[in-house]
Amino acid sequence: MAFGAIAGVVALASLGVVAFNNAIRSALCLVLTFFLLAVLYFTLNAQFLGIIQIVVYTGAIMVLFLFVIMLLNLGGINAVMQKRDPKIIFGGVLGFALFSLVAAQVLLPLQGVTTVRAPDDFGKPEYLGSALFSNYVWPFELASILLLIGIVGSILLAKRRILSPAMDALNAEDAERGVGE
Amino acid sequence: MEGLFTNLYAFEWTRDNPWLMGARVLLLILPILMLVPGFIWWERRLLSWMQDRIGPNRVATLTIKKDATWAPKFLRGSKWSFWGLLQPIADGVKLFFKEDITPIAVDKAIYFIAPAIALFPAFALGATMPFGPAHKAGSMYALLTPVADVPIGVLYMMAISSLGVYGIVLGGYASNNKYSLLGGLRSSAQLISYELAMGVALASIVLASGSLRMSDMVDVQQGPLWGISNLPIQNWFIFTPFGFLAAVIFLICMIAETNRAPFDLPEAENELIAGYHTEYSSMKFAVYFMGEYAAMFVFSGIFAAVFLGGYNLLPIRWDALAGTSSSGFFHAMDTLNVVLAPLWFVGKMMLGITFYIWLRATLPRLRYDQLMNLGWKSLLPLATFNFIGVAAWLYAKSILGPQGTWMSLAVMVGTLLVLLVGYGIITKRSNDKDFAHRTVDMVDPTPRRSVELVDTGAAS
Repeated sequence: MAFGAIAGVVALASLGVVAFNNAIRSALCLVLTFFLLAVLYFTLNAQFLGIIQIVVYTGAIMVLFLFVIMLLNLGGINAVMQKRDPKIIFGGVLGFALFSLVAAQVLLPLQGVTTVRAPDDFGKPEYLGSALFSNYVWPFELASILLLIGIVGSILLAKRRILSPAMDALNAEDAERGVGE
Repeated sequence: MEGLFTNLYAFEWTRDNPWLMGARVLLLILPILMLVPGFIWWERRLLSWMQDRIGPNRVATLTIKKDATWAPKFLRGSKWSFWGLLQPIADGVKLFFKEDITPIAVDKAIYFIAPAIALFPAFALGATMPFGPAHKAGSMYALLTPVADVPIGVLYMMAISSLGVYGIVLGGYASNNKYSLLGGLRSSAQLISYELAMGVALASIVLASGSLRMSDMVDVQQGPLWGISNLPIQNWFIFTPFGFLAAVIFLICMIAETNRAPFDLPEAENELIAGYHTEYSSMKFAVYFMGEYAAMFVFSGIFAAVFLGGYNLLPIRWDALAGTSSSGFFHAMDTLNVVLAPLWFVGKMMLGITFYIWLRATLPRLRYDQLMNLGWKSLLPLATFNFIGVAAWLYAKSILGPQGTWMSLAVMVGTLLVLLVGYGIITKRSNDKDFAHRTVDMVDPTPRRSVELVDTGAAS
């Protein structure tokens, strides 16, 4: 029952994300969705996953979303209006196809399940940690390298427009040699 | 109703009496609510004392008229002053009766819920904080505190404190005021930056204590200092080298997270009027105010639980000193320490609040670039080096075994020193490079090369 109630609110909130014209309202609905999703994880004994969901998505990523929306002032009057477009039908059909594909995979094994299947200590940080650093250590390390590449890449993209001493020195050298002017 | 509770049993921490659950929640929230006026009084008095003023000393003055017939003769005409203790009540009455103005151009729905959103994390934050010995069998504190002794205690605290930004950002946005918006934006940038260093500082303590559960952390701190088994001093993390570093980092981040001076940029009054709560009046402003004080209180509690030995009065192992004897001074002190645990804990929280006020009276507000430099270039690398130091220490300890306590301690101190020196060299060099470019010239800024010219590829 707790699960059902929270899941209902999550569904409403995620509808709100696409239904609101105001970007801030949509973002807030997304915050609510992420937060309640974490509570859903709690009810399914996945505490660590739930709390990480709050830390990463609700606490960090959505704050950045709001930050950008406010900085660009997308909220309020400048609501995004969409024109009628035949592509909508096409997109709807594709979306429904994807939904039924996923639903067929998810719903079938879930039939007749009324209680939580996972054992009590399933989502505890101890077990998660020992699993990550024993059986799944390679995927874990690969994922962290991927993230590192992402960080370095984003710094590179952002750094290009900042006056840096190194760039200045390079430019000075170029100017002396008469290159690039 | 029954069905709801059986379903809620999926939550590990609700697996007991729902009445007891309610009692624990009330025992957390009511003291915070009742102590907030006290803090406001204490802040005003202490601040005025530090600033060589008198402060509020008039409310709560008792005078008996010279011709009062009801009073005994020797009391007539006498006057008692209670240091203005009732001033917060007068403040509260004033806030209640002020006109509640809602500007026309605000985003109504968000404007109304923003203070409530700001209050929520301040109270929810303390849910994993143990006020008393939660692990001691037979102790009544095991039933009453903490609200939820979850195995993810510290992470929960990080998660909830990261939600604290929403109340401020949304309030700033909904007010439809440039200064409010700027305050909100500053706040979101500040909180995100300092959360990281705070998380890494806490992670090193999690490594050292081997648990994310807050009551476990306090238990670890009750052990002998530095693992030397015959030392009758408790192993409070602030006494260990890595713990001291982590404590300093955590303290700075905690002040930044609660938006207090010297990190009160979101409400810098000489730049932003009052920042994010410029457009709020009456009780909505009061709710923001209360949220800030409650957050300060709870953060002080977390600092006390993680670094200052939680609910132990003094860092002395009374139980080890008392040994097996069930009488005598040491045993009496041990009993006192356990029975009055919440009192010591709240006392440590008060110390935290006093520290906040002291800082506010002492330090000038940081500039925005200083704030960002401190967070990203000093605290985060320092916390990371500290983390590596703790890991090295734990590894050394696992190799050397329990006999090598001094050796492993030396390894830890050595690692920390090496890391600190390395850190100092790195920051020195990077700061020197940046200095010429990042300082703000107040008078006659020299013309610099424009940003577009740097992109040489596009320029040519």
